[in-house]
Amino acid sequence: MTVALERPAIAAAAPSKRGRLSLSAVTPYLQSAPLALILGAFLLLPIIMIVVVSFWDYDFAAMYPDFLTTNYSDVLGSWVTWKTYLNTIKFAAIVWALTLFIGFWVAYFLAFHIRTTAMQMVLFLVCTVPFLTSNIIRMISWIPVLGRNGLINSTLVHMGLVPKPIEWLLYSEFAVVLAMVHLYTLFMVTPIFNTLMRIDRSLFEAARDAGASGWQVLWNVVIPLAKPGMAIGTIFVVTLVMADFSTVQVMSGGQSASVALMMKNQMSLLQYPAAAANAVVLLVLVLLMVAGILRIVDIRREL
Amino acid sequence: MSHEKRTLEFYVLAAFFTLFVLFLYGPLSAILILSFQGETGGLTFPLNGVSLHWFANLFERQAVGDFGGSFKRSLVLGLMVMIVTVVVSLLAGLAFRQKFRGATALFYLAVASLVVPSIIISLGIGVVFQQVGFRPAWYTSAFGAHLTWTLPFGVLIMFAVFNRFSPAYEEAARDLGATSWQTFAHVVLPMIAPSLIGVGLFGFTLSYDEFARTLMTSGTFNTLPLEIYGMTTNVTTPVLYALGTVTTVFSFLVILATLGAILYVGRRRART
Repeated sequence: MTVALERPAIAAAAPSKRGRLSLSAVTPYLQSAPLALILGAFLLLPIIMIVVVSFWDYDFAAMYPDFLTTNYSDVLGSWVTWKTYLNTIKFAAIVWALTLFIGFWVAYFLAFHIRTTAMQMVLFLVCTVPFLTSNIIRMISWIPVLGRNGLINSTLVHMGLVPKPIEWLLYSEFAVVLAMVHLYTLFMVTPIFNTLMRIDRSLFEAARDAGASGWQVLWNVVIPLAKPGMAIGTIFVVTLVMADFSTVQVMSGGQSASVALMMKNQMSLLQYPAAAANAVVLLVLVLLMVAGILRIVDIRREL
Repeated sequence: MSHEKRTLEFYVLAAFFTLFVLFLYGPLSAILILSFQGETGGLTFPLNGVSLHWFANLFERQAVGDFGGSFKRSLVLGLMVMIVTVVVSLLAGLAFRQKFRGATALFYLAVASLVVPSIIISLGIGVVFQQVGFRPAWYTSAFGAHLTWTLPFGVLIMFAVFNRFSPAYEEAARDLGATSWQTFAHVVLPMIAPSLIGVGLFGFTLSYDEFARTLMTSGTFNTLPLEIYGMTTNVTTPVLYALGTVTTVFSFLVILATLGAILYVGRRRART
C-alpha cells in the first residue's frame, strides 16, 4: 500500500539522475511490493473489514450496514464473555509460565552442555521435528494416553495406586494446558537457544574469576542476556494461546471456553458482526500484550 | 564450560531433556502403534491383534470423508504456498538490505501478521470475500490466509540471513566484472540456498498443517486438517489413528527430504 503511494515521490525527487541510478532507487520498492500487496490484501483489508462489520446490524440470515455499538455492548456487558476472556488469559498465563521454564532449561542444556555443534544440531532437530507435524494429530495422540482406559489410568489402576480411573486427565482444563505445552514449547526453545548461543563464553570465566557461584552466574549473567529470546518466545506462546480454539475444544471436550472458540461458535451461527466485535476486542488485547513485550526488546536487533 | 568434567548439573539437565523428548514423542508413538489395531479393537490399548484393517478403511469413502481429495488439495495448496513464500520472502529480504521509505512499516506489518490471531484473519477474509461477491475456495481465499502465516516466518528468516551476509563477496564479484544479475545468481543465491530450502520447508509444512486460517476460507471443499478436525468429533474408530499415522509419516518424509537437500547443497558448495 505504501509502495504505491511513494513510488511517484521517489521518481519526482530524482528526475535529473541517469536511468540506471533511478532504477536502483526503485529496486527495493519493486522487491518489497509483492509482500506489501499480499499482506495488504489478506491482512490489512480483512482487519479493516472486521472493524467496519463490527458496527453492523444482523439477523439470522444476513448482515446490514449500519453504525451500531450494540455488538460491543453485548460483548462487554455480558458476564459470560468476561469469564471467557479471563479463562483465556488464565490459560495464557499458565502455559506461558510452563513453556518458559521448560523452554529455558532445554535451551540451556543444548547450548551449554552439549559439546559438539553436530550433536547440538541433531538434538535440536529431534525437538523440532514434532512441531512440523499436524497440530490436530498431536492433540488426538493424547487420547489413548490420558483417556479413561488410557495408558496412564490403566497403569495406575493395575499397580493399585488408584481404585478407579482418574476422570480429570482427559476432557479437562488440565488436558488443555498439557496439550498446549506440548504444542507450543518449541516456540520458546528456539529463540532462547538462539540468544544463549550468542553469549560470549568468556563472560562466565570473568564472573567465576570475580568469585560468582554457579547460581550467581545463572542469575546475573545468563538470564539477563537471555531476556530477548524469552521475550520473543513469550510473544509466540501468548499470541498462540490467546488465539486457540481447537485445543480448548478438543481437549476440554466442550467443558471449557476461550475467546476464539466463542468467536467460532458465533461464526457458525452466522453472527458475523458479533464475532467481529469480539475479534476487535481480542485483537486490541493481543496487540497491547505484544506492545508491552516489545518495550523490553527490539526484535529487529535480535534477528 | 564446554571442556570441564561432567557435573551434577549436566546429569540433572540431561534427565530433564530426556523427559522432554519422551513427552514430545510418547503420545505420537501411541497412535502410531494403535493404528495397527485389530479389527475388533478400540481407541485405547490393549491391541486386539495386529492388522492393516484401519489403513484399508481409510480409502473407503463412507468410513472417513473424502480423504484422497482433501489430501490432494492440501498437497497442492502447500506447494503453492511454498513457492510463493520462497520467492516473496527472498525479494523482501533483498529489499530490506537497502533503506527505503516504508521499510519499518512493512517490517512491523509482517510481525503483525504473525501475532494477529488466526481466527481473526479467517473471519476477516471470509467477510471480505462475501462482501465483494467472490466465492471462497482453497486456492484463493485459503491460499491468501496461509500466506499471512508463512510469509512472516520467511521474511524474518531472510532478514536474519542477510543481517549476517557480508557484502564483501558481492563487491569482489563486481570488481571481477560480474553484472548485478551474475552476482546474484552465482554468488548470493548459492550462499543462501540452504536458508531458502528451510523457508520452503516452513512454507510447505505450516500450510499443510494449518487449519484455523482455513476454517472460514476453504469454501466448499475441505483441506486435510479440516477433514481430520471434523473427524475428531464424529469418528470413534482407530481409522482416525491410521489417518494420523499416514499424515505424520508424510510430514517426516518431507522433513527428511528437505534435510537431505540442505546437506546435498552444502556438500556441493564445499566441494567447488
